[in-house]
Amino acid sequence: MSTPQNPTGPTGRPSVAEELRAQTGPYFGDFGGRFLPEALVPALDELTEVYEKALVDPEFVAELQRLAAEYTGRPSLLSEAPRFSELAGGARILLKREDLNHTGSHKINNVLGQALLTRRMGKTRVIAETGAGQHGVATATAAALFGLDCTIYMGEEDTQRQALNVARMRLLGAEVVPVTHGSRTLKDAINEAFRDWVTNVATTHYLLGTVAGPHPFPVMVRNFHRIIGEEARSQVLERAGRLPDAAVACVGGGSNAMGLFHAFLDDPEVRLLGCEAGGDGVATGRHSATIGGGRPGVLHGARSMVMQDEDGQTIESHSVSAGLDYPSVGPEHAWLADIGRAEYRAVDDDAAMEAFALLSMTEGIMPALESAHALAGALELGRELGPDAVIVVCLSGRGDKDVHTASSWFGLLGDEEPGRGDLQALRARAREALAATEARTVAARPTTPEEMA
Amino acid sequence: MSSPTAAPHDPRGAAAPLRAGDVLERTRAEGRPALIGYLPVGFPDLEGSIAAAATLIDHGVDMIELGLPFSDPVMDGPVIQEAATRALAGGTRTRDVLRAVSELSGRGAAIVVMSYWNPILAYGVDAFARDLAAAGGAGLITPDLTPDEAGEWIAASEAHGLDRVFLVAPSSPRDRLEYVVGHTRGFVYAASTMGVTGTRTSVSAATEGLVERTREAGARNVCVGLGVSTGEQAAEVGAYADGVIVGSAFVRALLEAEPGDLAPLAAVADDLRAGIDRARPGARP
Repeated sequence: MSTPQNPTGPTGRPSVAEELRAQTGPYFGDFGGRFLPEALVPALDELTEVYEKALVDPEFVAELQRLAAEYTGRPSLLSEAPRFSELAGGARILLKREDLNHTGSHKINNVLGQALLTRRMGKTRVIAETGAGQHGVATATAAALFGLDCTIYMGEEDTQRQALNVARMRLLGAEVVPVTHGSRTLKDAINEAFRDWVTNVATTHYLLGTVAGPHPFPVMVRNFHRIIGEEARSQVLERAGRLPDAAVACVGGGSNAMGLFHAFLDDPEVRLLGCEAGGDGVATGRHSATIGGGRPGVLHGARSMVMQDEDGQTIESHSVSAGLDYPSVGPEHAWLADIGRAEYRAVDDDAAMEAFALLSMTEGIMPALESAHALAGALELGRELGPDAVIVVCLSGRGDKDVHTASSWFGLLGDEEPGRGDLQALRARAREALAATEARTVAARPTTPEEMA
Repeated sequence: MSSPTAAPHDPRGAAAPLRAGDVLERTRAEGRPALIGYLPVGFPDLEGSIAAAATLIDHGVDMIELGLPFSDPVMDGPVIQEAATRALAGGTRTRDVLRAVSELSGRGAAIVVMSYWNPILAYGVDAFARDLAAAGGAGLITPDLTPDEAGEWIAASEAHGLDRVFLVAPSSPRDRLEYVVGHTRGFVYAASTMGVTGTRTSVSAATEGLVERTREAGARNVCVGLGVSTGEQAAEVGAYADGVIVGSAFVRALLEAEPGDLAPLAAVADDLRAGIDRARPGARP
């Protein structure tokens, strides 16, 4: 898959052996593995075999590339964000626009890959879990495209906060099952999907939507998403003439982050920052910052970091963003944190909602609430790194689905509720950023001494 | 080996706890399959769950499978999920399960614990094995742990002399059956169907084939679980299996009964035991 001892080539890749990028599971350090009922072992073995064959089958690769180009709309853009950058202390922020993919998020990359595998295995039905609805919509879309039956499990609480996506899935022909057990969010949707899978595994593929779960899911899902980082890496090299100082992405299960990070794993000069959902603040206990606030354990088929009590019972996670509301994380992230290759920070609901509004008002791009966590992380990191820094942020999804949540947050529902966020103050900050950017553009070019030198 | 709390119930005083294999050899000698009953600890509360398990023993159940309630029971259907959720809401802890084992051991039935893997990891694998053995437990059933990931548990169960019950399923090919059987001690848990726990109107005809294949792979004791709820089904499955495992039917009897009323549970046990006793009409005695 990768070429060890590759000399520095035209891409500027360092000449070290590509050890970190070469990890293919089932274990990532102490993490990963397969902790599932024996009944599912044959299905996981079959999936591993079919996947590994497909990966080196030119026909499969060509089909996936054709779909990426003609259906998803790849490569996705790398957009400058000069006014938003002003808010990050002037650091140059480049947005990897996965929000422009068909269905509105990065999720489609993985879904198309697994849908092709489903067909190769001769299975006729896919099931999936979804939190925010992005993965459910992507799966329902692929099921329509390939003529597969489709059932989506979604926590009842999430069906309420993401009602628009529930309607989208049903309109695409999928059955949406609200899950009423436990915390009624993403983790319970995954439990229910596993129960369905073990019952119907002969005809059904579990189209898992993140880099978690038993082997081969973490490595397979990462590989279907690594195109994000591969494109971003060459786009930044072309645009900035060098590698970025940092790559930033949000982390729930962590699929868009692994997709972005993977291409940079063996570029030690590129800092990797994963932004977990801090909810009401890690100190309150009401959060989803698994790496920051959990400890090693086994949940949903893999050993990873898990939010759990003293007895190993899962603690319910909390986040304003349904897609990050998950008490575990992909095992490769747990490993990258463990060896210090990537850093993980918690971004609380307030900071994420601010970044959501600020990107909307400065750049005219409304991000998904999940992606807004990465944007908030980039604002903080930019101020730390200074104006010479180049930071790539994965804008993993678009924010249409979150308009209701944001309206409620900022008191725009017209129901007399005051709202938690102050939109006027954010608008003032956005105006300042706009003015500063304009002043710089008008004044700068010919006379700036740095530019002359 | 018996803990002090278990001693009053143990007619033989400090005798070694019954292992699963002991029970299955005894029932084999009696010419019948064993009846194995599952109940989650802490439902309706700790004392209530211990009383319920004692009732099962008094009504002909040969082996008790005590469930450690878990927040994310992916192998369980709605009935056991409901009981586990209530047990956890009531504050049930891992140490309560060990206490229940201790209270129930020495009553003539083998006591095994069934647990998802994370609570055992959190307790400490060796520490749990040590404390389970000290409480008089026979061993552990691990529905989401296959031998592939069980290195630490295999070492701990060897060190503390405990049974290791792994599962096989209708989907298991020959090489997996051999692998699982090779790492199992006590009995192999054969899932009668592809699916989760719960009562079913019929037990799949393929189950007998799975039991046969598991024996061909080297297993001496193969017990069948998932879906058995009536004496009729127990008789049918018990004709070929070494043990018949019943869970949801008992839990449902508790869920539907008035608090503290164990008569409906006893009635279910009696019906199942009658089925067990007529499972092999030609056999002795």
